[in-house]
Amino acid sequence: MPFYVSPEQQMRDKANYAQQGVSRGRSCVALQYADGILMMTPNPSSALHKISELYDKIAFAAVGRYNEYENLRKAGVTYADIMGYQYDRTDVTARGIANYYAGELSRIFIESNKPFEVEVVVTEVGERPETDQLYRITFDGQVTDEHGYVAFGGDVARVSAVLKERYSAGMTLAQACGAALASLAALTAPSGDSNGGAPDLTASGLEVAILDRARDHRKFRRIRGQRLENLIAEARSAASPGSTPADGTPGTSASASDPEPPTGPTPPS
Amino acid sequence: MGSQGMPGFMGRTTPSFSDFLKKYAPGLPPGGVPRGNPDSDLIASLPHATTLIAAVCEHGVVLAGDRRATAGSMISKRDVEKVFRSDEYSAVGFSGVGSVGLDFVRLFQVELEHYEKMEGRPLSLVGKANRLATMIRGNLMAAMQGLVVVPLFVGYDEDSERGRIFSYDVAGGPYEEHRFYSLGSGSVFARGAMKKLYVDGMPVRDAVLACVQGLYDAADDDSATGGPDMTRRIFPVIGTVTADGYRRLSDAESEEYARQVVESRMVTPDGPPAQLRVS
Repeated sequence: MPFYVSPEQQMRDKANYAQQGVSRGRSCVALQYADGILMMTPNPSSALHKISELYDKIAFAAVGRYNEYENLRKAGVTYADIMGYQYDRTDVTARGIANYYAGELSRIFIESNKPFEVEVVVTEVGERPETDQLYRITFDGQVTDEHGYVAFGGDVARVSAVLKERYSAGMTLAQACGAALASLAALTAPSGDSNGGAPDLTASGLEVAILDRARDHRKFRRIRGQRLENLIAEARSAASPGSTPADGTPGTSASASDPEPPTGPTPPS
Repeated sequence: MGSQGMPGFMGRTTPSFSDFLKKYAPGLPPGGVPRGNPDSDLIASLPHATTLIAAVCEHGVVLAGDRRATAGSMISKRDVEKVFRSDEYSAVGFSGVGSVGLDFVRLFQVELEHYEKMEGRPLSLVGKANRLATMIRGNLMAAMQGLVVVPLFVGYDEDSERGRIFSYDVAGGPYEEHRFYSLGSGSVFARGAMKKLYVDGMPVRDAVLACVQGLYDAADDDSATGGPDMTRRIFPVIGTVTADGYRRLSDAESEEYARQVVESRMVTPDGPPAQLRVS
């Protein structure tokens, strides 16, 4: 190559490239509720998943390029199953998988010309809400330990702001679902034009899964079809009249006290 | 990707856990052939698991096993488990060398779950049965040295909505069995009992009771099969697989069946008589 590119510039270019890839898609959210962890993302496909099971108590959620995070997902399943077979099922932890992903992603970021355009969240449901874990791993292998909720991919700032306001510890599943729907509805704003407008926040346009603390053995469970429709209906009608602002419609991303102006073509509550 | 020494986890193409494990850590999967001449005394001194009975019932299948492990003429363990959940819709049991059998069960459980997670859908019931056959065939050399393990696989076939039974030999299989099947040292006596007790389309409860009767008869005539241990309260392990999935009967439920059988045997020690003529 005839031109000299400084290492700093090279890293910056790679990071920009990956960051743009991650921001291009739709956001995904993961949040704790009293009996587990809820994960939700707009996804019109019912076959190409963004949210999946990794192990007994551990789930995977990703945004970005499908083939890249699918490769990571399979590697994570392999890592978890090898560890569980070699030692014991209780020896497989979200922290271990997050560190494994961090190692792989940072190696790929440094070694290959094209970094992975992905962001991954690994969640683990514990015996009690205090022992639940949420780890976010970025394209360059940085790991952050999140508490309560995490939004990633797409227009993170917007989704996160709503989630921050709506999230409270010890929510029911329906309340958590309401918070997640409200936060994803923030994506209706015409800021990311490549999104192609408002996401379809109905049962057929959403991918939803939970890690259910009460379940035996494998705690991961997809919520779809009639169950998802019921859950969404419950979230819309209840939408937590007590602790959080009572805006029942999921399309309403902001309450009256929200510093940001209401966004999207939704009626005020 | 995965270019550092041992095979990495990235870039997986096949969904088989046991195949990957062989490449990743060749010493880990069971079926390794011991070097040198087999020591028959040593192999006889290993705990061996004994009798199992499987029976197809209405909308499902039952798998029941006694609790005894023997080492030669000694009872090495009274509360051994040889019936296991292999996944949501299947169960597996084994007869033969206990330690090797447990290894196979553990690997088979991971194999099924791994496939399901990698591919996003579970294997078909016949697919699972075939997979187990391949794994058992891998143990053939070890079996010839004395480390014999023979599994028995049952499951609920969601496509045809019925329970099915698959048997094996040391070289693999699977052989599909109909109605009922028994395996292990007491299997001859168990089969005799099942012949007289089994009725097509039995409700689950009746099929469980028939299996417990069959195990009692096996224990009655085979020294390596353990009967219900009323003093220590150790009863057969019974698993059922129906459209609702696998369920291991609780100890209390198992005890109730065992007590029912033992009490009836107080009156008729050889068990309920079958009809002499078909009416």
